[in-house]
Amino acid sequence: MTDQSRIRNFCIIAHIDHGKSTLADRIIEKTGLLTEREMQAQILDNMDLERERGITIKSQAVRIVYKARNGEEYIYNLIDTPGHVDFNYEVSRSLAACDGAILVVDAAQGIEAQTLANVYLALDHDLDVLPVINKIDLPSAQPERVINEIEDVIGLEAQDAPRISAKTGENVDEVLEAIAERIPAPNGDPDAPLKALIFDSVYDSYKGVIVFIRVMDGVVRKGTPIRMMATGFTTEVVEVGYFGAGQFIPCDELGAGMVGYLTASIKNVRDTRVGDTVTNDASPCAEALPGYKKVNPMVYCGMYPADGARYGDLRDALEKLQLNDASLFYEPETSVALGFGFRCGFLGLLHLEIIQERLEREYNLDLVTTAPSVIYKVHKTDGTVIDLTNPTNLPDPSEIEYMEEPLVNAEIMVTTEFIGPIMDLCQERRGQYQGMEYIEETRAVLRYKLPLNEIIYDFFDALKSRSRGYASLDYELCGYERSELVKLDILVNKEEVDALSFIVHGATAYERGRKMCEKLKEEIPRQLFEIPIQAAIGSKIIARETVKALRKDVLAKCYGGDITRKKKLLEKQKEGKKRMRQVGNVEIPQKAFMSVLKLDDN
Amino acid sequence: MKDSGDQTLEIYIHIPFCIKKCAYCDFLSGPASVSRQNLYLRALTREIRERKDGTGRRVSSVFIGGGTPSVLSGEQLLPVMEAVRETFTVLPEAEITIEANPGTLDREKLAAYRRMGINRLSIGLQSAKDDLLKKLGRIHDYETFVKTWLLAREEGFRNCNVDLMFAIPGQSPEDWQATLRTVAALSPEHISAYSLIVEPGTPFAGMDLALPDEDTEYAMYEDTARILGEYGYRQYEISNYARDGFACRHNIGYWQRKEYLGFGLGAASLFKEVRYRNTVDPDTYSRVWGEDGAVPDRRTAGQYEEVTPLTEPDRMAEFMFLGLRMTEGVSGQAFEQQFGKPLTAVYGPVIDKYRSLGLLAEENGRILLTRPGIHVSNTIMADFLL
Repeated sequence: MTDQSRIRNFCIIAHIDHGKSTLADRIIEKTGLLTEREMQAQILDNMDLERERGITIKSQAVRIVYKARNGEEYIYNLIDTPGHVDFNYEVSRSLAACDGAILVVDAAQGIEAQTLANVYLALDHDLDVLPVINKIDLPSAQPERVINEIEDVIGLEAQDAPRISAKTGENVDEVLEAIAERIPAPNGDPDAPLKALIFDSVYDSYKGVIVFIRVMDGVVRKGTPIRMMATGFTTEVVEVGYFGAGQFIPCDELGAGMVGYLTASIKNVRDTRVGDTVTNDASPCAEALPGYKKVNPMVYCGMYPADGARYGDLRDALEKLQLNDASLFYEPETSVALGFGFRCGFLGLLHLEIIQERLEREYNLDLVTTAPSVIYKVHKTDGTVIDLTNPTNLPDPSEIEYMEEPLVNAEIMVTTEFIGPIMDLCQERRGQYQGMEYIEETRAVLRYKLPLNEIIYDFFDALKSRSRGYASLDYELCGYERSELVKLDILVNKEEVDALSFIVHGATAYERGRKMCEKLKEEIPRQLFEIPIQAAIGSKIIARETVKALRKDVLAKCYGGDITRKKKLLEKQKEGKKRMRQVGNVEIPQKAFMSVLKLDDN
Repeated sequence: MKDSGDQTLEIYIHIPFCIKKCAYCDFLSGPASVSRQNLYLRALTREIRERKDGTGRRVSSVFIGGGTPSVLSGEQLLPVMEAVRETFTVLPEAEITIEANPGTLDREKLAAYRRMGINRLSIGLQSAKDDLLKKLGRIHDYETFVKTWLLAREEGFRNCNVDLMFAIPGQSPEDWQATLRTVAALSPEHISAYSLIVEPGTPFAGMDLALPDEDTEYAMYEDTARILGEYGYRQYEISNYARDGFACRHNIGYWQRKEYLGFGLGAASLFKEVRYRNTVDPDTYSRVWGEDGAVPDRRTAGQYEEVTPLTEPDRMAEFMFLGLRMTEGVSGQAFEQQFGKPLTAVYGPVIDKYRSLGLLAEENGRILLTRPGIHVSNTIMADFLL
């Protein structure tokens, strides 16, 4: 069994784009796990989507052997964490599996919103944080300024932080050495009953669920009877092992302090929730590790196949994605406008986008997505409370006592010149100002309490466009508040289009209704009759636009009896119609359903 | 499939030559030397004689279209007509049309056409306004048309069509009304009035044209029926108006899905429920049918550009979208006779939808486009595809 004093379990935390994955690659390369040629750029982000978007979606881990300057060999377990606020819970579980964290800060940009959020998260888990200044090769790099910033803002000793370029490899050796020196070794009890933390899992069609664990105490090996303490699921271990670069390498056992995986013919990732504790079913530990919580989706939307015949394909695809992503929720729903589809729940908007892109790319599905909705609490006059995830299901107003909506604490880091526009934006989105702190002369953190439903539409886009890309955002859910909410319905040719209904605050309903109507007028092609587009609250019409009737659409001369050509023209026209959704007598293009999500015109 | 052998047949002959291509034209046509014309005509004659489809069948109409077939002299055209008469049984009462452009006809040519049995002339005028003719790239002015017109009448053509065009860039509704009245006053038996369609690949497609807006075009279309009505013309098809008894039988044949054989470059045929289109490549055409074209298998040699066997749904769709072009619409009874099931069984919901919108109507067991329906007929017809 490996001596725990030779093990280092750590993660790398950073704001998006500050070079986390590049540093991870460099570490793997330097320790000779793979030759440079074998390295595909950014080993740890192994989904195409992750590489393209430069984000980590799933936690990944890798074991590296490092020979330090003192001549000792160390085992480094590097756990890569998702870098986005949507996946905060996963981040937090990954951190719990570590003993220390490398904080990567961009030498040109300095501290950003997610730098802070991630550092606080790491400190919450009692991790030793090792700051590293990256991108010193950039002409705009100011490592000394950033070091002072780290000391002033975070309060971390940073004068001897390695100044590196993960891109060129410069000084990466310093980081490797610092890991051995400054990150503490694990100190579990090898003789205690098994206690291991699940920090992630993936589904493999041959082995079933592969559970990523950090063994705190005890030991696990093939044949160990295990129990998941939160779900109560029991089984017997088939294989244990550790993480090679992009592959799973079986070994005899995983002892206290080790990071690795186990398989046990588990069919469903839901049985192995991230954050749960694995123990020996024969001699269980006294209590589970702290901090397990069931993650619940925060954002919901309807997803429908563009071609109704592919409903089954969509269901199969969602099923497969869920195997690897327990936080993805879906259930069948029906829309008058869109037919059969699914109401899907996500951790946040990015999660939603990622799932949508994966469905479209990996499963070749063409989707129509309805406006995202948060979970509203509807207090009914009969005293019951319902969680509303689909605006269509809102009870009759006469049955509603009042409604509550979720709020978030948002931290927006912004250069001072954009404070005005960003405050305006937050004000427009019903933000409650909580305070502002200057990080340095030119940058500040704005703190707002914002309704979640105001940031799930196009808040990120608006934030970026109003700060020329400089503002960064971090938020966390902070509870529910009573709010004057109304359901805004859209009527096309006097018929309510269920897929376009949404919940909005009374004060912004008029504006939003007007913009929706304008947008739909652009998107709905003229048809054989005039089409009124109306926004309504209950029976009250608050906005109206009209799509004028098509007046002229006649086939020209039929020269020499070339009927085939004429038929092709008609077929083309008919083909265009197929991409439309029939609502009453009106054909609505599928993209109209999604175009209404982007209404910010600033 | 019903045996069509005893039904009469129509013949279309394509002459892909003209003096000069017009700015809007996307048909197979272009200027050519007389020797090249004669090479083509020999191949054409050979196709008529040797294609063997429908040999001996009775022919109710012949349409010589183009291009500008009237660039051909009587001498050039005669062997083609002879080939038709010797291969098929052209009925004595058959309608035999040739398309002509002003400025390409003289007394001698007209007389020769008459002698070979051509009894209908379709003259492409397009507009009575010289500036618009110029804009379209036409080779003639209005004056030239009038001379040709008088000549045709003098030579005994008593069944004449004049082709007109509206929605021309820069054309005002008043221009169009004036053209209609000017031409109607000459009293041709038949007037075709098409709206200009800017086709890709034509010179017009690359130009920034001041096309009339939709409402103007709508008004021009309405003016057409109204003004021509005043002069005794009845609209019988989306773009065609005629005095009683002079509707173009050949074109009606297309809308009624009569069998027809098309000869020549790019010509289309409907024969035994298969639609064909001849090759559009002149070299291929002359290889297949030319002098030294001893081609063992013409089909593999590229005789056809397209061969489309029609399924029953195809035929039903055609029955509808072609039939609806005529103002009398389609007959439910005829549909049932041809397809063995009631029209409503196949198209009930579509018909109901457009009837409720006032775009289709039912009269005496026939389904037809209403006046508002004609304007958006494309959209409606597309719904009849199965």
